[in-house]
Amino acid sequence: MKYLDEYRDPVLARRLLSELESTATRPWTLMEVCGGQTHTIVRQGIDELLPHGIRMIHGPGCPVCVTPLEMVDKAIAIASRDGVIFCSYGDMLRVPGSGGDLLGVKARGGDVRVVYTPLDAVSLAVANPDRQVVFFAVGFETTAPANAMAVKQAASLGLDNFSVLVSHVLVPPAITAILDAPDNEVTAFLAAGHVCAVMGWTQYEPIAAAYRVPIVVTGFEPLDLIEGIVMAVRQLETGRAEVENQYVRAVRRTGNSRARDTIDEVFTLTDRTWRGIGEIAHSGLRLSEAYRHHDAETRFPVEREATRESEVCIAGEILRGTRLPTDCLAYGTACTPRHPLGAPMVSAEGTCAAFHTAGRGRQATLEEQ
Amino acid sequence: MCLGIPGRIVDVAQGRPRMGTVDFDGLRREACLEYVPEAETGDYVIVHVGFAISRVDEAEAARTLAVIRAIPDALATELGTEP
Ligand code: SF4
Repeated sequence: MKYLDEYRDPVLARRLLSELESTATRPWTLMEVCGGQTHTIVRQGIDELLPHGIRMIHGPGCPVCVTPLEMVDKAIAIASRDGVIFCSYGDMLRVPGSGGDLLGVKARGGDVRVVYTPLDAVSLAVANPDRQVVFFAVGFETTAPANAMAVKQAASLGLDNFSVLVSHVLVPPAITAILDAPDNEVTAFLAAGHVCAVMGWTQYEPIAAAYRVPIVVTGFEPLDLIEGIVMAVRQLETGRAEVENQYVRAVRRTGNSRARDTIDEVFTLTDRTWRGIGEIAHSGLRLSEAYRHHDAETRFPVEREATRESEVCIAGEILRGTRLPTDCLAYGTACTPRHPLGAPMVSAEGTCAAFHTAGRGRQATLEEQ
Repeated sequence: MCLGIPGRIVDVAQGRPRMGTVDFDGLRREACLEYVPEAETGDYVIVHVGFAISRVDEAEAARTLAVIRAIPDALATELGTEP
């Protein structure tokens, strides 16, 4: 119980944990999907406080980590072109591509800029009519409404020099892919609270019913996570498989309808390759026909290059939850947040970075848990 | 980039898209309020990459901020104050 005193309400946390202790009669494996939740779980040591047999697997919910290598390589190729201003969220700059990263392009004189919002990239296009501004539109359902609005804004301003390199991914198809994997061990999911703030949770209902798997929409503060775990285990123990909402403070069943409508207008479903996981049908978004004019992939055709992952990095297994960062030979030595070899070490939301920040040592392995 | 940061709307501008200024614990940033048409000055909203996507109450905002502060560089990264 070494971390418990750091909780904002240790009494409540203790009460929830002792309820879990008395509820859990069998081993269960839960997956949290959101990288922010992974960070809280690892940093607060929640996974280490759980009763014996209740295991947390860290899911693929880090947008930086799952952006396919091919897209990172494309971004690097486009950013290296003359006359291009390439804009991205900060953490994408250090993601290793096959032969370097966007920061390297910047160091070689490329005009690579960090923006806080995609609307800043639209403003750059307005201010630089003689340059091509390209925005790297990555992320889950949480960033999609923002990126969709930026495209709409550029279209309504008639900007011919603004395009987006779209690499959006969606959570429900990833959950289905994990459940379909022959070696799947996950018996319940904690769904990402802020993804559901946008999308609601109706999409999860058929999954919970078809796979008989409890899905609990959960926030990302320590008590939220413990409560989400308790709710999921209660369902498992009583044979229920429903979608429940722990994060009632911010999430409603149908989400944010305005944001959803804008996503539907600007984007359309596409198959998407997830870094380390592979292709998942209908798991991504691309621009819809009406907005194709703003597609950076058509505007800047890039030869499909052979992609090359680091040989030591086991990011794929980490994203699928079959290995832990501490199983990786490079963890904490050749690979650190300052010098990441793989994507999960780059962003604070990545599992390797979360483990490293929390000071997790090399000794823990899945078998030992 | 996916975390979402709660802040308080301190001013709403006219125009499309609907924009406003949001105070994140002392740091002020422009944010798009198009997706929270009901939110007004004084309300707390969760902001992702410059867009408010959900209204929350003040107590929740404070709790969420405390979590985000515990994640190294998260606030700076989310608000784009990193180099
Ligand atoms: S520690 Fe680094 S090299 Fe190892 S799996 Fe994680 S990101 Fe890859």
